[in-house]
Amino acid sequence: MGVLDRAARSLLLTELVGGMAITLRYMFKPKVTINYPFEKGPLSPRFRGEHALRRYPNGEERCIACKLCEAICPAQAITIEAEPREDGSRRTTRYDIDMVKCIYCGLCEEACPVDAIVEGPNFEYATETREELLYNKDKLLSNGDRWEPELARRLELDAPYR
Amino acid sequence: MGFFSTILGQIILAALETFAVLVPLLMIVAYATYGERRVMAAMQLRKGPNVVGPFGLWQPFADAIKMVMKETIVPTGANRVLFLIAPLLTFGLAMVAWAVVPTGNHLAVANINVGILYLFAISSLGVYGIIIAGWSSNSKYAFLGALRSAAQMVSYEVSIGFVMVSVLLCVGSLNLNDIVRAQNGLWFFIPLFPMFIVFFISGLAECNRVPFDLAEGESEIVAGFMVEYSSMTYAMFFLGEYANMTLMSAMTSILFLGGWMSPVPFLAFIPGPIWLILKICFVMFVFIWVRATFPRFRYDQLMRLGWKVFLPLSIGWMVLTACALEIFGWLPHG
Repeated sequence: MGVLDRAARSLLLTELVGGMAITLRYMFKPKVTINYPFEKGPLSPRFRGEHALRRYPNGEERCIACKLCEAICPAQAITIEAEPREDGSRRTTRYDIDMVKCIYCGLCEEACPVDAIVEGPNFEYATETREELLYNKDKLLSNGDRWEPELARRLELDAPYR
Repeated sequence: MGFFSTILGQIILAALETFAVLVPLLMIVAYATYGERRVMAAMQLRKGPNVVGPFGLWQPFADAIKMVMKETIVPTGANRVLFLIAPLLTFGLAMVAWAVVPTGNHLAVANINVGILYLFAISSLGVYGIIIAGWSSNSKYAFLGALRSAAQMVSYEVSIGFVMVSVLLCVGSLNLNDIVRAQNGLWFFIPLFPMFIVFFISGLAECNRVPFDLAEGESEIVAGFMVEYSSMTYAMFFLGEYANMTLMSAMTSILFLGGWMSPVPFLAFIPGPIWLILKICFVMFVFIWVRATFPRFRYDQLMRLGWKVFLPLSIGWMVLTACALEIFGWLPHG
């Protein structure tokens, strides 16, 4: 009986018809595609995107040139030079990140004692030349100014878990 | 009507008839590529091309422009002449076959009495395009793909032939128009249902479609005989392949689905070509549906199915059909 049963099943293509019924049902299901440039998926507050240097609310830059980020960076993508400012505070004169070297591990963010260097939610910063991806301090600070509300909110959301 | 009986008039008339068939055909082929992407996407819960024009309807033209703008690369080791002839041959043969397809009662470019033999001959010639392409590319993947494709097409043509013979037994004519008219009232896919299935599956194999697309199995031999082709030469193969698919759909419609006839008498006022196009679109949809559903066959499974299952089945059913026709006295002209 088993042989007959199997033969009947394979001759009547039951498995194949069943498979095709499934694909036909799926055809009328709602689609999962996100229309990317127009719609975007949700991002975790821990998402590690483009870097930014933050400022205090009074406009003073947070970075104190401790160079912990430079030291911890596994890709050695960060270059910092520092000297005392006229008012005696310790500040960077140069803060470069080579975004081509960067592996987006987030260790700089973790190392920073003053939450100055952060990786923001922005991931749409593709450029046409390699040089544009060698970020300097101005670029990083302007990123910080541009994304500050978002950056502050993300730090606040993640704070309970730190 | 005097002008059209002169030689010049005849030539112009033939050219016009050809255009009347080829323009809709090329539109169907262009939109088959779009339809395939949309339908497959829907079945995989994606959206597919929907950006170029309303619902992405200009996509085929965007693709065509892209193809034309690219460079045609001829490999150094290739046989230049044959390399360029192969896609032309594939595309040309896929077009030529349409000469005999009846789109209405006696409405074909050439309503010849051996129409089905002509179709069969042309579709067999299609294998030359592939072999020439594979051989002249001077590449191992292309050659392997061509060999696979040739072996596959030859194997499945045998069972397609026997399926056709069982249809011919019921009709008593090789004329495609007569074949369609013989289905008045009862389309052949009902009495010959197993043959219909065998024909459809063999058609998939004949067109090198999934699940029989070993000739271009991406995971093993990159793109088979098309590896070395780019730009317009590639586009020619692509168009030829889809035109062959359309032709196979048209053959399925003519042999089993009543060709240009309407399914119910009260819809008979809709002209034949529209019914034929609708039926072709339906069969093409099933082609795409099958592609979205099944994984690829292994090569030995493919050969087993062709020679050990379909060939005995189609011969057996042919004999059965002949016996039934003889016993019940249903033989045409009998």
